Amino acid sequence: MNELIRAVNQADTPNQMVTAVKNLAAAKDPAAIPTFIAVFGYNNPAAAAVAVAALTEFGDLAVPELLNQIDDYNYGARAYSIRTLAAIADPRALDVLISTAATDFAPSVRRAAAKGLGHLNWHKLDVSQRQLAINRALEALLFISQDADWSIRYAAVVGLQALAKVPEVQQTIVAKFSDMLHSDREKAVRARVRLAYTQ
Amino acid sequence: MIETGTEEYSADNGTQLTPEGAIANLQSSDLSLRYYAAWWLGKNRVSQPEAVDALIAALEDEADRTELGGYPLRRNAARALGKLGNCKAVPGLITCLECSDFYVREAAAESLALLGDKSAVPKLIQLLDGGVAQAVQVPGRPHLTQPYEAVLEALGAIGATEAISLIRPFLEHPLPRVQCAAARSLYQLTQDPVYGEFLVKMLADGDLKLRRVVLGDLGAIGYLGAADAIAQAQVENSFKLIALKGLLENQLPDELDNPSISPEAIRVMNLMDSLL
Repeated sequence: MNELIRAVNQADTPNQMVTAVKNLAAAKDPAAIPTFIAVFGYNNPAAAAVAVAALTEFGDLAVPELLNQIDDYNYGARAYSIRTLAAIADPRALDVLISTAATDFAPSVRRAAAKGLGHLNWHKLDVSQRQLAINRALEALLFISQDADWSIRYAAVVGLQALAKVPEVQQTIVAKFSDMLHSDREKAVRARVRLAYTQ
Repeated sequence: MIETGTEEYSADNGTQLTPEGAIANLQSSDLSLRYYAAWWLGKNRVSQPEAVDALIAALEDEADRTELGGYPLRRNAARALGKLGNCKAVPGLITCLECSDFYVREAAAESLALLGDKSAVPKLIQLLDGGVAQAVQVPGRPHLTQPYEAVLEALGAIGATEAISLIRPFLEHPLPRVQCAAARSLYQLTQDPVYGEFLVKMLADGDLKLRRVVLGDLGAIGYLGAADAIAQAQVENSFKLIALKGLLENQLPDELDNPSISPEAIRVMNLMDSLL
């Protein structure tokens, strides 16, 4: 195991890095989680994609480390962390996804967070926390559905569509969609709202 | 790295302007205030007639000159007029196509493309005089003899089918960016997928900077055949999303008449969702 991790840290070329990360992923050992997260910062998209897949496979097990290791100084790395958290969908990521969706300076990171906010596994929360968490996600998505950047609004629609599976918030989301259909200035965003209606 | 818009000025740069203040500043004795005001009027799309008239007048400015004889205020005024959508600016912009300053000619061609007025076609075609053989680098300057990319794109955007035979040789220009501009233009003028595929090939072969340019071209022409190639391109997601948005919009003609969404539009949106 140490050997596999060392190979990642010592890779000299982008290709060596991808191979080393793949070998590490094949071992399926949770001890490798911090190394996979570190790979996000190496500016190697192919290696990062392998690391995202490996961490997603670990699922909830990887969440505490992912939350602790978010890179505040490298938005490329941060985008991978947020995408992985969104894919794992553990509701412990809620606070990070909300603050990222609302306030991160990088649109790519905000979009990933918005999509993730709609898809969390709410059933993992106990009943007393559940409704509150869902409402907070809803509130964040409604807020960013008015963003000046069309791509953020588009991502908010994708998040809201997923969240609309929760019966308690469905009405609010349908009302928001109807509002966006009339008022959003971008054809592409309105089309995405229409698609949400039909699905 | 270009995640946010590449603005020339940050939002809080300079004084707080109003439309009236900016129009007045175009006559200021402080040349930098004039320059900033012209940019500001375009950026904020101040389209009232007084703004358009003042910017048209600024196309003939003689006061603001660079050491190389350029006309900074004219450049900004030409760029702003393209954003304001008023065809009253067309004759002045056509005159700018003969300006001695390359960047004024480039800005005018870009704005004429946005205004889409056919009357600009003869003068745009003139800038292609001499064909590819004349389209060479100006010694010591970072640009060609004419703003070929902007001219080719303008001819395509305006629908100048009479220029097709003049544009086609530029597919063989030594610079890939000029080739792309020609392919983009020819696709718009002919709808022949061969030109769309030309751009798809450039997307696979070019370096990162060229790939970003090609994504812009594919989005502008809305070439649906490129959807998967765009989604898989080795470029930042933000660029891919903008290109796919162009494809999507091209699939959504008049939504008021027809609120249903085509399977092609859904396919594009599914790709966009996967890039969030």
